[in-house]
Amino acid sequence: MERIPILKMGDFLLVTIQVDMHDQMALALQDDLTERIVRTGARGVLIDISSLEIVDSFIGRMLGVIAGMSRVLDAETVVVGMQPSVAITLVELGLALTGVRTALNVEKGMKLLRAATGLADETNHAGERE
Amino acid sequence: MPANESKELPLRTDDDIVRMRQAVRSIAIETGLSLVDQTKLVTAASELGRNTRIYGGGGSVKIEKVDNGIRRGVRLTFEDHGTGIPNVELALKDGYTTGGGLGLGLGGSKRLCNEFEIDSRPGEGTRVMIARWKP
Repeated sequence: MERIPILKMGDFLLVTIQVDMHDQMALALQDDLTERIVRTGARGVLIDISSLEIVDSFIGRMLGVIAGMSRVLDAETVVVGMQPSVAITLVELGLALTGVRTALNVEKGMKLLRAATGLADETNHAGERE
Repeated sequence: MPANESKELPLRTDDDIVRMRQAVRSIAIETGLSLVDQTKLVTAASELGRNTRIYGGGGSVKIEKVDNGIRRGVRLTFEDHGTGIPNVELALKDGYTTGGGLGLGLGGSKRLCNEFEIDSRPGEGTRVMIARWKP
């Protein structure tokens, strides 16, 4: 089965979801991320969903579970890049992604992670793309 | 696909759901639905397709381009021959689930569409029809 790659950058893990995920792939990502947080001692997880054309209740639940699991493992999760049409649909569907931190783009997401984890100084160079 | 024509796809595996989402998206684009309306329709389709696969034990979806003389739209009909839903009213309530999900699938997809019809008979199966019209 195809798996979503997880990149490590300093104290953070980066995930960019670029494919139309089927359910098993979402479950595998949950497991892979938990394992990587523990193995690397990562303090933050950034999930870029800017390529996702829909977020249904299954993917919404996956994002919530990842945020919850990482919090328990002393890491913060931030979900970035949600398309406006996806945001409108998600709220109408009834999913508010309670407990999931979000940011508009990768840059703002990195800033949020650095602030939340108190790692501002060491990783100040990371995530600056423009 | 010309107006009033339809295609039918199986809903038995995770991959079928992904293929169905892509087929619904492309017909929604052909019909001229806005990006937000496409997204709502595909999201509703994803929820209902998953219900068909998991609770219905697999089934099919009919995807139709429809034209009522005034408006054009897309109609989707999900059908399975599973155990059926004993209490449809309860199943439509947000947060109600028998499968460990979030319980948003049925009620949520109803909110995302212009038309929603459900016909379920215990022991025989479930049929859900939704439609989204171009304003």
